[in-house]
Amino acid sequence: MTNSLQEIENHDLIFVIGSNTTESHPIIGLKMKKAVRKGAELIVADPRKIDLVRFSSLWLQHKPGTDVALLNSIMHVIVKEGLIDEKFINERTEGFESFRDSLKEFTPEKGEKITGVSAEKITKAALMYGNAVRPGIYYTMGITQHSHGTDNVLAIANLALMTGNLGRECTGVNPLRGQNNVQGATDMGCIPNFLTGYQSVEVSAIRKRFEKAWGVKLPEKKGLTATEMINAAIEGKIKSLYIMGENPVISDPDMNHTMKALKSLEFLVVQDIFLTETAELADVILPAACFAEKDGTFTNTARMVQRIRKAVEPPGEAKEDSSIIIALSEKFGYQMQYNLVEDIFYEAGSLWPALAGITYKRIANKGLQWPCPTLDHPGTQYLFKGGFPRGKATFTVVNYKESEEIPNDEFPLILTTGRQLFQYHTGTMTRRVEAINNVSPGAYVEINPEDAKIYGIKNGEIISVTSRRGSIDIDVKISDRPLQGVVFIPFHFSEAAANVLTNNALDPIAKIPEYKICAVKIQKKL
Amino acid sequence: MVTLKIDGKKVTVRKLSTILDAARKLDIPIPTLCHHPELSPYGGCRLCLVEIKGSPKPVASCTTFAKDGMEVITTSPHLEKLRRTTLELLLSDHPNDCMVCERAGDCKLQELAYFYGIRENRFIGERRSYKKIDNNPFINRDMEKCILCGQCVRVCNEIQGVGAIDFAYRGLKTVISPPFEKDLNCEFCGQCVAVCPTGALTGKMWANKGRQKFKEVETICPYCGCGCNITLHIRRNKVVRVSSKEDSINGGWLCAKGRFGFSFIDHPDRLKKPLIRIVPKNQEFDSSETKKQDLLKNFKEVEWDEALNYIVTKLKEIKDRHGADSIGGFSSARCTNEENYIFQKFMRAVIGTNNVDHCARY
Repeated sequence: MTNSLQEIENHDLIFVIGSNTTESHPIIGLKMKKAVRKGAELIVADPRKIDLVRFSSLWLQHKPGTDVALLNSIMHVIVKEGLIDEKFINERTEGFESFRDSLKEFTPEKGEKITGVSAEKITKAALMYGNAVRPGIYYTMGITQHSHGTDNVLAIANLALMTGNLGRECTGVNPLRGQNNVQGATDMGCIPNFLTGYQSVEVSAIRKRFEKAWGVKLPEKKGLTATEMINAAIEGKIKSLYIMGENPVISDPDMNHTMKALKSLEFLVVQDIFLTETAELADVILPAACFAEKDGTFTNTARMVQRIRKAVEPPGEAKEDSSIIIALSEKFGYQMQYNLVEDIFYEAGSLWPALAGITYKRIANKGLQWPCPTLDHPGTQYLFKGGFPRGKATFTVVNYKESEEIPNDEFPLILTTGRQLFQYHTGTMTRRVEAINNVSPGAYVEINPEDAKIYGIKNGEIISVTSRRGSIDIDVKISDRPLQGVVFIPFHFSEAAANVLTNNALDPIAKIPEYKICAVKIQKKL
Repeated sequence: MVTLKIDGKKVTVRKLSTILDAARKLDIPIPTLCHHPELSPYGGCRLCLVEIKGSPKPVASCTTFAKDGMEVITTSPHLEKLRRTTLELLLSDHPNDCMVCERAGDCKLQELAYFYGIRENRFIGERRSYKKIDNNPFINRDMEKCILCGQCVRVCNEIQGVGAIDFAYRGLKTVISPPFEKDLNCEFCGQCVAVCPTGALTGKMWANKGRQKFKEVETICPYCGCGCNITLHIRRNKVVRVSSKEDSINGGWLCAKGRFGFSFIDHPDRLKKPLIRIVPKNQEFDSSETKKQDLLKNFKEVEWDEALNYIVTKLKEIKDRHGADSIGGFSSARCTNEENYIFQKFMRAVIGTNNVDHCARY
């Protein structure tokens, strides 16, 4: 997020695209509702009638995968109506001319044809966003989990840049991170191309600094992403995986493919708190401590580093993940010596200045938002005040591309996947909470009433949903939430795992899988 | 800005502040049962009555705007008598079962009865009794303990935007109820439980887990990326309740998972010992056909040293044969910053590969 949680309620316009905020980020959802109570206007762009639509003044129900066309046609209107911020464009950006030319063809009428949203609504959205004083854009995986996810994000960036809606309080672009510490895991360098703090593994000066700090020679070539590693396992290039606290069998696209990959490994280590579907395939399983059993920090979606504290002892011989890895390192002959957990955090801060000013003492009561480079720095509430770190921000020409797998005669429906309020991710934790299972007992497929009529299926009936990769049997929930022609399945449930069906087509840059769109067919069970 | 005097002390507050806001700014205690700073003023409990110089009758300070030059008195024999009587009236229809009430020691009504020394009650009469409709798994609703402060109704409407409950009936029969007096069917965020001043609303999973001698630990919710601040209530090495403080980034509000989704912590399925596979993968039990317990038969429990030595031997062997880049690591967005830092350092500095990633894309 470029903004902070406390800024949400003071937007005068909130544009939510591809985020089911009230279910996936309930407390951020509350802040959006508060903003609406305080007079903010809310635009929701989502193929499903998510709960937030109730609070919106404008709902754009676009077809899944047409975000670029929707955003480009909104931007077309913004240019046409003279709602661009010329001063901001001149001073802080580059490449506007060619970008503006690229918008010419995206008239609202063309937008309507591609997205299914009326030209009138597209124009209205453009006027609302273009005239807002403190607008915030919010998105989640509905934007990113596409084979053109990067394009979607760039289109959002273009929209914020052309209107100068970045770098001010209560004004910005806010991707909401889905897990408690997904921000922190990325910050720390658990990504194949960056060391701690987004410092490229391929730059020798950077590597030298880390080599000096760690006392070893470091690999120069960037590594593989998780999805690429799964593919490489099938190809026999990856022989062993060490999986700490993840459950790719349920969370990765194309479950049969993932299981085949994990089974073809020579050696699989899984370190987790439960025997997950992934751990079942392991050669060695190590018992880990959960969040309540250890000290450390989490970084939330608004870059706020906050303390977690040990409250109870781990069960049996379960150990904190860090102490397991440190013990393992020692057995490899590499000493990682830390007296306290916080010393690890300070080592990260010594290599990434954005964290250098954060100490456990400073965040004892309240978190701090990075960048926080010095001990007297108050943390950064919102990003890009006064400029961008790279100098000028660049507009990118983004053209609309269709999704990889679009419906045809054989697979006539679009499947989109996501979360629901009560369960969490692969359900390793929430599905072991009795009360939660009571209200959210199992998987279901949301089907539009019109589609249900066409197929002659009833609420509660079990049907099979089939894609090119697999088939599952699942309960029907007739609902006016999905657009006609679209079905939705939450991915928490292993017994009817949505990811048996999903496509592992990747975005070429971010390598994110296309969870939000694949073609399926549904059949009544005889 | 307006300036007024409360109990002889001058205070300046923003326009449209209430007398209660001004008094709280001066840290003058005024008892309330229906007030919540984040909710619209209600003026229902009548405990926050104050006298204003020149005004014939006491007024509710939570619904009266502060005005320039106002002189307010927050306590006097007359006001205390009114408050005491109001409390007696509330208690006249309240079950006298603090002994077994989940909220004893953490109940605003009990605390006020204690401060006002109310032991006997002058008002004895008809009592409300309700049929309990309570099959939902999260929230215990004991409507006989409800004082009709309406905070639950307002929080559900104004903060959560759900409106799952409202006042039903009138007079003595008044009750807070879901539509058609059915059971709660809502988002189960439990904000109503958090604001309830009495034992009318409590978390079902807290019941009979203890009321005293909790260790309270401040930490962060382990679910989504909002980073809500939570307080774990610990008794005998067990998390028995989760709450959240009002002055946190989440303002004390939580969702069903954050407030009620913690029993996984001491679930019997937790892994407790390192395990090594003993049944070769191609001969194992098929996971789709087998019960979870049986799946453990594919493994044997070992000591930590044996497990770690085995991992080192295998990884070294694979690295020698196929190179460091034949090994990969998935770290976790569920783990701490420190653990993630250590993990990528391990993969890069010890194994010697940049094949390290986590679930950012899932």
